[in-house]
Amino acid sequence: MLLIPCPWCGPREEGEFAPGGEGHIRRPEPQAASDQDWAEYLYYRTNPKGLHFERWVHAAGCRRWFNVARDTVTHEIRAVYKMSENRPEGL
Amino acid sequence: MPPQPFRLPQGGRIDRSRSLAFTFNGRRYDGHPGDTLASALLANGVALVARSFKYHRPRGVMSAGAEEACAFVQLGEGARSDPNCRATQIELFDGLTAASLNCWPNVQLDFGVVSDRLHRLLPAGFYYKTFMWPRRGWLTYEKLIRRAAGLGRAPSEPDPDRYEKRFAHADLLIAGGGPAGLAAALAAGRTGARVILADENGEFGGQLLWRDAEIDGEPALRWVERSLAELSSLPEVRLLPRSTVAGYYDHNFLTVLERVTDHLSPFAAPTATPRQRLWKVRARQVVLATGAIERPLVFINNDLPGIMLAGAAQAYIRRHAVRPGGRAVIFTNNDSAYETVAALSEAGVAITAVIDARAGDTAAAEACLRRGIEVLRGHAVIDASGGHALREVTVAPLDGSATALAGAASTLRCDLLCVSGGWSPTVHLFSQSGGKLAFDAASGCFIPGESRQAERSAGAARGSFDLAACLAEGHAAGLAAARAAGFAGPDSPPPQAPAQAMSPIRPLWEVPSPHQGRRDRKFVDLQNDVTAADIALAAREGYRSVEHTKRYTTAGMGVDQGKTGNLNTLAILAGETQGAIPAVGTTTFRPPYTPVTIGALAGRGVGDFYDPVRKTPMSPWHEARGAVFEPVGKWRRPLYYPGPGEGMEAAVRRECLAVRNAVGLCDASTLGKIDIKGRDAVTLLDRVYTNSWGSLAIGRCRYGLMLKDDGMVFDDGVTTRLGERHYLMTTTSGHAEAVFGWLEEWLQCEWLGLDVYLTSVTTHWATAMLAGPRAREVLAAAGTDIDTSRAGSPYMTVREGHVAGIPARLFRVSFTGELSFEINVPARYGLALWETLMAAGAAFGIEPIGTEALHVLRAEKGYIVVGHDTDGTVTPYDLGMGWIVDQKKPDFIGKRGLRRSDLVRTGRRQLVGLLTDDPAQIIPEGSQIVRSGASLAATPVPMLGHVTSSYWSPALQRSIAMALIEGGQDRQGEAVEAVLPDRTLRAVIGTSRFYDPEGVRLHG
Ligand SMILES: [Zn+2]
Repeated sequence: MLLIPCPWCGPREEGEFAPGGEGHIRRPEPQAASDQDWAEYLYYRTNPKGLHFERWVHAAGCRRWFNVARDTVTHEIRAVYKMSENRPEGL
Repeated sequence: MPPQPFRLPQGGRIDRSRSLAFTFNGRRYDGHPGDTLASALLANGVALVARSFKYHRPRGVMSAGAEEACAFVQLGEGARSDPNCRATQIELFDGLTAASLNCWPNVQLDFGVVSDRLHRLLPAGFYYKTFMWPRRGWLTYEKLIRRAAGLGRAPSEPDPDRYEKRFAHADLLIAGGGPAGLAAALAAGRTGARVILADENGEFGGQLLWRDAEIDGEPALRWVERSLAELSSLPEVRLLPRSTVAGYYDHNFLTVLERVTDHLSPFAAPTATPRQRLWKVRARQVVLATGAIERPLVFINNDLPGIMLAGAAQAYIRRHAVRPGGRAVIFTNNDSAYETVAALSEAGVAITAVIDARAGDTAAAEACLRRGIEVLRGHAVIDASGGHALREVTVAPLDGSATALAGAASTLRCDLLCVSGGWSPTVHLFSQSGGKLAFDAASGCFIPGESRQAERSAGAARGSFDLAACLAEGHAAGLAAARAAGFAGPDSPPPQAPAQAMSPIRPLWEVPSPHQGRRDRKFVDLQNDVTAADIALAAREGYRSVEHTKRYTTAGMGVDQGKTGNLNTLAILAGETQGAIPAVGTTTFRPPYTPVTIGALAGRGVGDFYDPVRKTPMSPWHEARGAVFEPVGKWRRPLYYPGPGEGMEAAVRRECLAVRNAVGLCDASTLGKIDIKGRDAVTLLDRVYTNSWGSLAIGRCRYGLMLKDDGMVFDDGVTTRLGERHYLMTTTSGHAEAVFGWLEEWLQCEWLGLDVYLTSVTTHWATAMLAGPRAREVLAAAGTDIDTSRAGSPYMTVREGHVAGIPARLFRVSFTGELSFEINVPARYGLALWETLMAAGAAFGIEPIGTEALHVLRAEKGYIVVGHDTDGTVTPYDLGMGWIVDQKKPDFIGKRGLRRSDLVRTGRRQLVGLLTDDPAQIIPEGSQIVRSGASLAATPVPMLGHVTSSYWSPALQRSIAMALIEGGQDRQGEAVEAVLPDRTLRAVIGTSRFYDPEGVRLHG
């Protein structure tokens, strides 16, 4: 049971949130995208052991989406940041 | 026999002034407050308590705590009966009833013993080896094995007790209220930190409740009393007795099971109090002061009733005032059992000898010898005998390696054998927290190593078995935790106890046998009847991983989860595989530490609270009318409204015909409604729907199809333009939340620049769908200021005004193919509107319409239901709805996906209509479709597709069906067969627009 620091609401129970999978997946330009590009956008994920950049929504709270940098081994949350922000450096 | 023949005349923490009557295996006994069921049974001389799981061997009480591996009982009767309860942790109450497990017809005479005689046929892995052939046989064997094995009986009646859950935030949660835990609580509590101290026992104190010790120069129990008084006075400290910290999860989230009234008779417990309470604690810091568990020693017949852990014997004497035997032998490989020798002497138990595996002189042995007690050094108990109870033990000298015997054996008579193989820190919670264990070779046990969460272990849980160290570590851990949680309050001097000099332990994982090559019964897991020979066999068969060996032999997989047996198991495995114990490692510790009842996990979430039901404002009317309901998401919707003596079929036909011939009224309030406002509202619609929205005039409605970005249909519904920058989107009833979330996700994650505001207004409005050729007349009779004529309210428009005097939005849309109005009124008017319409419609033959009739009516028109005719693998083109996909738009969700190679290939399954040759036959939904004349004998039979919707059409007086069929749109007129379990039904592919294909009727 994670304690997730929502950038708007502060630390809240995991049960208030819904996970949205890996973050920073770029939606390719549809006209130019090959089938492979589109497949990678739809289905291919890095699934790392360790630091994972993902997005969550505070579904039973402020209903805001945001980014989370979480270690998939220890579940340590290394950073949370807004959707408009870039991946933090130096994690 | 006199009452309680083994009760000591004085001492102990029992209240002799009160007697508690209880029943065990149908016999009545007495005990006292302060007893556990185990101590009360021992006081009454009941040595045989249960039968073992696999071999049905007689078993007694082997411990005095959570680690018990033998004395499991079925507690209570009827609906309150609880299987697999540890007699050692059941606090005695007046009227308690319990019975032995795993025995038939009774614990004294058990037919299952035959499996003990056949034990050679039941080696490790016997389930896998014996019963998997023939494969179908397992289904039969399993039932027989389970009956013979017996895991207790779960009650079949509803649980009459109440359970609750409670959330708590703490600066510090301390697991374990022994000396280390109490010292930690004092140190942290004095700083002002919010502390929860939980202990699984009814009394705090841990081993101090039965050990002869001094703290701060006074008897240890005085210190416990003073500490508890001080802790109770601290406003931020909460003491939770009878509370097991059961699970340690991520981010310092822990669950604590508090047994609130289990120690009381169910009839005496206060009714307002829950039976158990599950605490969900988020703690800034955690101190694990969970103590240690004594290990048994592994020798032949080490499971006989009368063989008990040395610490437990001491606990029964000093805490419960019970003499656990008349003549004792003590078998140890370490110093701790010598305290038991002293306790036995005090209790007047004759001591035959102390058998110490250590060959050298120790101070403890010297002290015994001085008191005239024989100590056999460098010896071991190699065998025990007796029927239902211990009668004698065989002892022999060990050689220097402890792997062979070094001399002749002799026998000693005794009815009690106290064993100590050393102590294993209770590292379960530490390990659950993700911490890494380290092997302490000096103590021969695993201790906490590197931490992963904000926790500290202290005392015996950390491998510090000396009382002075427990107090010092507990104090230090409590203070450090408080400091880490931000409390600068005062430090206080730690409690003091005299340091004890301890001689080292001699590791002895398996006592050598006097003979070779026999499969001796030296038990490592007493609950699951796993022997050292089973571990050796697994090793010979190639098992190396401790996790695999555990599953193959079932060692550590019982209710006790191997609390006493696991280290012996893996040490023996290490020996057999020539590995080192730390290299073999432990199996994974998983929550809960001891079993948690399902009732506590469910809490109040049972019955009506299990899953909240959503009801529309018209629900009371439906209920009064006797509607049959179906769940739609969390909603309950009327499926149909049976008339007197009417079944579903007749009711649905009547409802359908009312809509086709007169008028029907359907509660459509559950339709999802999303209010969309903003400068870019139309841009959002253009991006999430496949068709174009720029041309939609104010007051007009349009049907839209939503895809996911893979090109598959996700939802559909009608969206209406209410104003310049204001739209109302409707979604399917079951998908309202998903669609709302979908729009939010795109707006927040992908299209951050769009100026759009979404509001879920599903429950703001009640919706009555009036459908049928006489709908206009009903509206007129109910009274409306809206022009409902064909010209005034054309198809696919909205008008605002009043219906029956209620402010209303009148949508001219149709899901049935008939003239239809969806009347939206503020939710609080929903019931009034419904009642007025039903009254006004009476003259026109109005009928209330359930969802089943609605489905039939839409299927007659060939309208899809997303999730019924689609399943996440269906595109608009597959549905024959290419007309709704605007490929001229630069982009919309799913546009690129639709061009993927698999989506543009020929031969995809496409939605078509199916008409059976025999109009009376209805193909079951889900039926597979094969080519006409296809052989069903040659498997696999190529499948052409499957039926998605199928009904009896009252309007057409025949069956109709919709199906997804390979290349279906090019197979019009082709015959196929639907496969039923016992026959096939021939049908012909055609259009799915079965009724009024030109769509004349919906204009009214
Ligand atoms: Zn939030």
